[in-house]
Amino acid sequence: MDNIAGTKSTLTWAVHISVVLLVVLWLFPTVGLFVSSFRTADQISGSGWWSSMFAQERQNPAVRLGGEEVQEGELFVISGNLFGGSEATVSLWGTSSRAPQAFSPGETSELSRDRTVTLEVNGDFRFTATESQEGKRLPRVFTTATTPPDFTLANYDKMLFDEKNIEGMAKAFFNTLTVTIPATVIPIVIAAFAAYALAWMEFPGRALLIAMVVGLLVVPLQLALIPLLKLHLNIGIGKGYLGIWLAHTGFGLPLAVYLLRNYMVGLPKDIIENAKVDGATDFQIFTRIILPLSFPALASFAIFQFLWTWNDLLVAKVFLIDATGETTVMTNQIVELLGTRGGNWEILATAAFVSIAIPLVVFFAMQRYLVRGLLAGSVK
Amino acid sequence: MHPAVQGLITIVIGVGGCVGYFYFSNQILDRFIFPARGDDAGRNINRANMVRPWLFLFPAIFALGLYLAYPVFETLRLSLTDRFQDGAFVGLANYGQMFGEPKFWEALRNNMFWLIVVPATSTAFGLLVAQLTDRIAWGSAAKSVIFMPMAISFVGASVIFKLIYDARPVEQAQIGILNAVWLQFEGGPGSFLFLRLLPAIMLLSFAAIVAYAIYVVASRLISDRRQKGWFAPLVQIGLSIFGAWLVVLALINSVQVFSVEYAYGKPQQWLTLPFWNNFFLMVVLIWIQTGFAMVILSAALRGIPEETVEAAIVDGANPFQVFFQIKVPQIVSTIVVVWTTITLTVLKVFDIVFAMTNGQWQTQVLANYMFDKLFRANDWGVGSASAIIIMLLVSPILIWNVANARKEMR
Repeated sequence: MDNIAGTKSTLTWAVHISVVLLVVLWLFPTVGLFVSSFRTADQISGSGWWSSMFAQERQNPAVRLGGEEVQEGELFVISGNLFGGSEATVSLWGTSSRAPQAFSPGETSELSRDRTVTLEVNGDFRFTATESQEGKRLPRVFTTATTPPDFTLANYDKMLFDEKNIEGMAKAFFNTLTVTIPATVIPIVIAAFAAYALAWMEFPGRALLIAMVVGLLVVPLQLALIPLLKLHLNIGIGKGYLGIWLAHTGFGLPLAVYLLRNYMVGLPKDIIENAKVDGATDFQIFTRIILPLSFPALASFAIFQFLWTWNDLLVAKVFLIDATGETTVMTNQIVELLGTRGGNWEILATAAFVSIAIPLVVFFAMQRYLVRGLLAGSVK
Repeated sequence: MHPAVQGLITIVIGVGGCVGYFYFSNQILDRFIFPARGDDAGRNINRANMVRPWLFLFPAIFALGLYLAYPVFETLRLSLTDRFQDGAFVGLANYGQMFGEPKFWEALRNNMFWLIVVPATSTAFGLLVAQLTDRIAWGSAAKSVIFMPMAISFVGASVIFKLIYDARPVEQAQIGILNAVWLQFEGGPGSFLFLRLLPAIMLLSFAAIVAYAIYVVASRLISDRRQKGWFAPLVQIGLSIFGAWLVVLALINSVQVFSVEYAYGKPQQWLTLPFWNNFFLMVVLIWIQTGFAMVILSAALRGIPEETVEAAIVDGANPFQVFFQIKVPQIVSTIVVVWTTITLTVLKVFDIVFAMTNGQWQTQVLANYMFDKLFRANDWGVGSASAIIIMLLVSPILIWNVANARKEMR
């Protein structure tokens, strides 16, 4: 459209390239976390995640030899593969931490007490000794090897399904879910009725109420924390699920009312007037006509509220999580892991991705409604 | 009882209760209080219709009042009392105490940086992406990717960016991409190009853009004698002065960037570098908010009447002129909306700072300062006072929004 007066091909190319650059820049951080969550702790601290996609040469952690001992004449022999059969190409190796690159593949290292180790390119080793090694510690082997890309699901297994892992995310996941669903559903019901009244019923003070809703839309959450916590403690709700459901309902209402009212106002007037002429009550009009027609707006708000409650940290910390920590949510669990496990990226990345996954699925499945909601919700 | 079961019951009670309330309150109104029969049938119907809106509104008004309106006043009251003296009225003592703390001023200063940098950068990037993706075939896929961070929690984004900023001792492999890239610079021509020339060019072009904007605003102010009111020109003059200050700052820095000493070859703990670490935190929010700006601005760009663009092209305008002189002026109001919305998010930013630095190394912001006072120092008075400061910063936008909404309804 902009190029009606002829296509400028260099400019088009520049546009394509800049968009590719921006997309890569925006995707890169998330991909980094995603890839890291499939790597072991050693792999993560051994090399940057970006190099994990390719076969790479690096120094592996020491591997202690082990296996069945076989007697061959005078010699006791143990043989096997260092890498458990996975493909790797040894370039250099050694048997002491002081000289981890002393030997080439195929060479034999002679150890004390007449023991020898031979290592082949593919990681096959042959250990010989003149006496039985039963009950003794076998030597360690250091390798510098080219290993193919290698990913594991062990992190997820540990963080989600290991019941003994007190840092696991399973409980926090269910807690988050428990917070999110009622906190999404209840405000919709309340707001839908109010929005209908504000859109289609005549009464004095309607304009003032709408203005108030617009005003409350921007009131910072921070103001509500202390008074409401005090209120909850005084009336016996205390810290817990009921408290956070109520809080999220209250905080989500202005946007819900605003979005739904704006949508309902735009519905065709004829339908509603015809229904009235036919003798329908307001309640019937609302449930039979308005609600089904407002589905897109309801979906928009539902997504907003879902994402917001799922991703929330502040409200959960104030209204939900007590000293026992039984009701911790995922965001809080991650922040705590950041404090205690700052360097353990396999744990952090996995935990973070567990909490990110569901919103991402919702996002990509319902992007249309989210966009529509954004367009309607930003105060114009 | 398992919380999940409790949750399910809550949904049933909550939803059922709401629907039941609406249904039965309407029934009671129509059947018993103002029945539409007998002598007063007509009058009763009218009366019932006067009451009904309030039945529909009551739960929402109650919840809004209790959870948002009441706390504003209660926080204001609490900010004037002292919890440790049994809630005695202490006047402005909490504010006095707060203004005496260097950490508060640090938070306020950082918030100002956030307020300038994040909305401006997010909006600019959003506008750029919206314009670029508008004309290419795979634009919607690209938009999806840029929009995606909106679904990611601030905490999740903090983890993502902590990995990027990670630093290892120099003899180990760097696993944070920023340090991995940083160690590639060693002071040669490449370093000169990327660390001195490129920043200088970027600063200069920033200065040029701002100067151009000031020029446009100022020339309109001078030529357009038919001024409406005094408020708009005042704001424009204020913004122009601020812009001029930015231009000067950018020019000075574009010269200084050639003489700065860089710590080549040393992995940097990015989040502990005073002053600069603020920007590393802001990057997280910019990464998230750009998608929002893009979505709204992209819709606005599509809403521009095509004739205006066509006419400009026929008149020989190049793509840059079309963008800056035809398109942007038509979507100024949307840009303002995006800007203010992001400003609101910035004022409330808590999770990112809490998760990444917790306000250490001079990265404190107001929302985290407040949380600190509230739950670590247990000082509700000062905590409330800082919440009121946040409210004060928000209130111009609040007033502006309400005024706009009222204008629209008329």
